[in-house]
Amino acid sequence: MNAKTLYDKLWDTHVVRQDADGTALIYIDRQLVHEVTSPQAFEGLKLAHRQPWRIASMLAVPDHNVPTTNRSGGIADPIARLQVDTLDANCAEFGITEFKMNDIRQGVVHVMGPEQGATLPGMTVVCGDSHTSTHGAFAALAHGIGTSEVEHVMATQCLVAKKSKAMQVKVEGALSKGVTAKDIALAVIGKIGTAGGTGYAIEFAGSAIRGLSMEGRMTLCNMAIEAGARAGMVAADDTTINYVKGRPYAPKAEHWDAAVAYWRTLHSDEGAVFDAVVELDAAAIRPQVTWGTSPEMVTDINGRVPDPDSAPDAVKRGDWERALAYMGLTANTPINEISIDKVFIGSCTNARIEDMRAAAAVAKGRKVAANVKLAMVVPGSGLVKAQAEAEGLDKILIEAGFEWREPGCSMCLAMNDDRLSPGERCASTSNRNFEGRQGQGGRTHLVSPEMAAAAAIAGHFVDVSQW
Amino acid sequence: MRKFTLLDGLVVPLDRANVDTDAIIPKQFLKSIKRSGFGPNAFDEWRYLDHGEPGMDCSQRPLNPDFVLNQPRYQGAQVLLARENFGCGSSREHAPWALEDYGFRVIIAPSYADIFFNNSFKNGLLPIKLDAAIVDELFKAVAANEGYKLRVDLERQVIATPDGREIAFEVDAFRKHCLLNGLDDIGLTLQQVDDIKAFEVKHRAAQPWLFA
Repeated sequence: MNAKTLYDKLWDTHVVRQDADGTALIYIDRQLVHEVTSPQAFEGLKLAHRQPWRIASMLAVPDHNVPTTNRSGGIADPIARLQVDTLDANCAEFGITEFKMNDIRQGVVHVMGPEQGATLPGMTVVCGDSHTSTHGAFAALAHGIGTSEVEHVMATQCLVAKKSKAMQVKVEGALSKGVTAKDIALAVIGKIGTAGGTGYAIEFAGSAIRGLSMEGRMTLCNMAIEAGARAGMVAADDTTINYVKGRPYAPKAEHWDAAVAYWRTLHSDEGAVFDAVVELDAAAIRPQVTWGTSPEMVTDINGRVPDPDSAPDAVKRGDWERALAYMGLTANTPINEISIDKVFIGSCTNARIEDMRAAAAVAKGRKVAANVKLAMVVPGSGLVKAQAEAEGLDKILIEAGFEWREPGCSMCLAMNDDRLSPGERCASTSNRNFEGRQGQGGRTHLVSPEMAAAAAIAGHFVDVSQW
Repeated sequence: MRKFTLLDGLVVPLDRANVDTDAIIPKQFLKSIKRSGFGPNAFDEWRYLDHGEPGMDCSQRPLNPDFVLNQPRYQGAQVLLARENFGCGSSREHAPWALEDYGFRVIIAPSYADIFFNNSFKNGLLPIKLDAAIVDELFKAVAANEGYKLRVDLERQVIATPDGREIAFEVDAFRKHCLLNGLDDIGLTLQQVDDIKAFEVKHRAAQPWLFA
């Protein structure tokens, strides 16, 4: 038998049919739904008088539009409120399980799914959100889809797809102190570029990846899309299985042993061939900071803002010049001299309990710098928030001068009121530093939670590994 | 879905790489529960000088004269010429909805982000990949010739330039079929309902915990 990659195994077990040209119908085990990319899909179903194929495969949560402060009065913005109300109404109409805004299980969809055990090894998982790649951390085949495909999966439980190529990103060795999964993700993107993974499914492998917690693996797979890969994944092992065990949607006792036995096969076989292999030395990765308007515009904390004159070609040079102008940065400025106005710790990338712990550990006994107007921590879900509070992390952060908010996507994409004003500079644990992403004219620097918390305290970027 | 067969369209050049879907349609417009009406807000932050919010009358807003879509010579453009990795970032299908609603039917670029590429085909919008060198030539030709049009023939998979040159392009056979005929994917998949049901029985037997 041919040696298979993890991706081969996940693909092969979900092919309903495949045509000669490679166009396949793929069965979907789990669809996660949120308020922004679903209303048009539900409307399409209704207009065509179609019913969802398998309602139990769906799980819904409002996250993009929800306020992160005082929710007792509901959502003030009438357009945002209508969108969340529409999700509630659609879920009620079709009988889809939804964790509503004031349910403790509500949270960012990519935090909520795994936390509930709704993401399991071996599954195909889709959601109308590009960061669905997160769920690949569980040795699942998970990727974002558009709204037409949301409707397609609702109606048919399948997707029309062609198999991607397989890329292995191998990170061997031990991470240095203060270096996290986020830094691996940014270092990979810096190396291969934001389109480096286009057309590929990426499997992250190597001893540094095996050493990551599930939270870390989710952070890494979450950012696969920023390297252009729709799907990222990590082989299943004890870490995966221990994380899943006992969660509400995890297999119950009667199926548990069979499930685990199957999950243990979810790794690339010895000798499996990848279409591309990228290798990184974990020990060489330093804490990363983006300087531009694309996640590939990244360097480490000891680096400098690059000079467009040194760009490899004219298109890149133009992009770098535009990025520096937008970011209000001068070429050759040392990264650790860049002052910040705001700090955002949250998002589907970095809002899990470990991220909260990391931020609190850096902030403990210290104070947010005077030049930082706002430092906010937005837990990924109500359950993360409750856990953090049980551990006293909220108190540590509040005492240091951080705001402790309600769960949601918040300033990762600024659909709610959490946003940057024009010209404001933010140390953010989110995933995209695009122009206007965190608010029109806002300037985003992507970092790990440790680096964001340290920047909040120092008022500028600082090497948390020397903290 | 609207059919696409043949287009003789004015070309507008958007000369930057990694144009992301946040730029194509900013987040505040994603609050809509409709799939139409996004055209006036396509490229909102680049196109207007003020801050756009849903419900504003865009015809009264100050245009950014430096943004290429606002230049008089490109009014009515139906072909968007772009650079590498067009449509990266968020999976929002609002991006192709906005481009289509603006009036675009074809995009030409050296490469696209996967999700955007896929979403475009579902909305009667044809994204064409050409070699970076050819795209570069087209940028030069558009700049040099006001009113530069391209004739895009999906059936024959060729683009004809005004000087009569033909440039062939690749397109996936299934997607071409759907686009030429304006076919609804869901209807086609539901013709395979027996296959799906048979697969589901087998899948349930192999991994019963997924159905518990």
